[in-house]
Amino acid sequence: MYFKKRFVILFFLLGLAIIFGLVKGAVNIPLGNLLLKDNQVIFNLRLLRIAAAILVGSGLAVSGIALQAILRNPLAEPYLLGTSSGAGLAAVTAAILGLSRLYMPLAAFLGAMLSIILVYSLAKERGLIADKSLILSGVIVSVAFSSIIVFLVSLFGNEAMHEMNWWLWGSLQVYDYKLLFLVALPVVLGICGIYLFAQDLNAISMGEEEAIHLGINTQAIKKILILITAIITASLICICGIIGFVGLIVPHMMRLVVGPNHKLLIPVTCLAASIFVVLCDLLSRTLFAPVEIPIGVITAIIGAPVFIILLKKGKRI
Amino acid sequence: MSALLSINNVSGGYYKEDVIKGVSLDVKEGDFLVIIGPNGSGKTTLLRLATRVIPLRKGEILYKDKNISAMDLKEFCRRTAFVSQDISIGFSFTVMELVLMGRIPHLKRLQFEGKRDMEIAREKLFLTDTLSLKDKRIDELSAGERQRVIIARALAQEPELLFLDEPTSHLDIGHQVQTLDLLKKLNRKNGLTIVMILHDLNLASAYSNRIALLDKGAIFKEGKPEEVLTYQNIEAVYKTIVLVNNNSITGKPNVVLVPGEK
Repeated sequence: MYFKKRFVILFFLLGLAIIFGLVKGAVNIPLGNLLLKDNQVIFNLRLLRIAAAILVGSGLAVSGIALQAILRNPLAEPYLLGTSSGAGLAAVTAAILGLSRLYMPLAAFLGAMLSIILVYSLAKERGLIADKSLILSGVIVSVAFSSIIVFLVSLFGNEAMHEMNWWLWGSLQVYDYKLLFLVALPVVLGICGIYLFAQDLNAISMGEEEAIHLGINTQAIKKILILITAIITASLICICGIIGFVGLIVPHMMRLVVGPNHKLLIPVTCLAASIFVVLCDLLSRTLFAPVEIPIGVITAIIGAPVFIILLKKGKRI
Repeated sequence: MSALLSINNVSGGYYKEDVIKGVSLDVKEGDFLVIIGPNGSGKTTLLRLATRVIPLRKGEILYKDKNISAMDLKEFCRRTAFVSQDISIGFSFTVMELVLMGRIPHLKRLQFEGKRDMEIAREKLFLTDTLSLKDKRIDELSAGERQRVIIARALAQEPELLFLDEPTSHLDIGHQVQTLDLLKKLNRKNGLTIVMILHDLNLASAYSNRIALLDKGAIFKEGKPEEVLTYQNIEAVYKTIVLVNNNSITGKPNVVLVPGEK
């Protein structure tokens, strides 16, 4: 009962956030007029953005949960394993090569997947993956790719610069609803897939050896989950670039609220992260309208202080 | 009676050199076997090999005549369970959530715990005298309570054989005796076979029916407490002078330290 109440509250808040997201914007539309023919274009655009926000929030937050558990590292987040810089590098390269915008998402996806394969093979030792080497090679690959991005930008200037900004700070502007549907499929399936491992994640979060003693094939599960999170993250990067902090703080905040049991944590975090991203997107559109602030800036501006407050309160993270 | 667990000429370790070098040891049904030995003698490594955490390099381990390396891991964990020294729990699960994890080997991938699993978890909490703690968070508990909860989780796996790695090392003497009494009860009444690492020689003597003394990755001596806990054996392995007399209450050997002079 207690838990059901929380879900009801979260659904209610999400509903509110969606309504706000539809009504507010560069142009405010009264609720009653939303469905008028004149407003249909704006309504559709905003609905797409909200759908993208929910997808991005849930996908990033659940990937963050999975990585925090399997790497037993509170700082783990979806971009830790190099996907973001890989996608950024691929996108910038594509921009320099003069590829049409149509191919950008594909380039970003491939870049993200390639970088995670690189990180993974660097970390592999005698067929086993150690958590520390995985994190280390993730950081190294990220730094290397980022510097290549800057190198390319300084050589080729403007067009690369524009692309880079877009990728590095994210935007929920959906250019193509078909792309959104295409991305939704792997993301939704991925989240469901991770949820199937909820109890395994509980066990692994207490230590790899403990999990083995409970009959869990930790190496296999790690591989599967790294692959799933990589696909989710790479897919999301295609439509929205890089949106930081969502995959990091929302899981931690929800752990403080509902505890570490992944069976509850995953659905609750999905809802909370959706609300968070819908609201952040709303702010990014309305704060300095008609100028749009990249959503990654908003999530960071809200996320960093919240994170610091949580840390300072001495709560477990 | 044939052995429940049969360790045959097993070697293994982490880096190039083997930590365990050709150990053979039989665990019979109903045994309360205690493994003792100095730091670095390979006690924990032996248990890690026997519980499939690290692979064997030589030899084989049989569980009821089945090679454990070929057994399904979940199947293996329905028959054996493991209690570690002290698990550092990064996330603060509740006691009930933790004990329910013991049901993982019994569940299929898409299956969540059902009524029966809840009943078993409650039963094990009751057995370890921790039922009143069931809704507490694990990091709110004292070390003694936490150790009992972890034993409850292992029991929820419904094992025939329970491995324990120094389950009493973080406990005061009261809780040490309480924990070991519980294990003895499970051993006698419920027929649970126990293989346990202990540092305290007198606790090993008081509770075990067999002792294996490990030294430098090999079995130095194995047998009844009075056969293993002689001053000659202890001095040879631990490089320290002791006196061994009889505990007048248990009738088992009692090891007395002799402080050295400067």
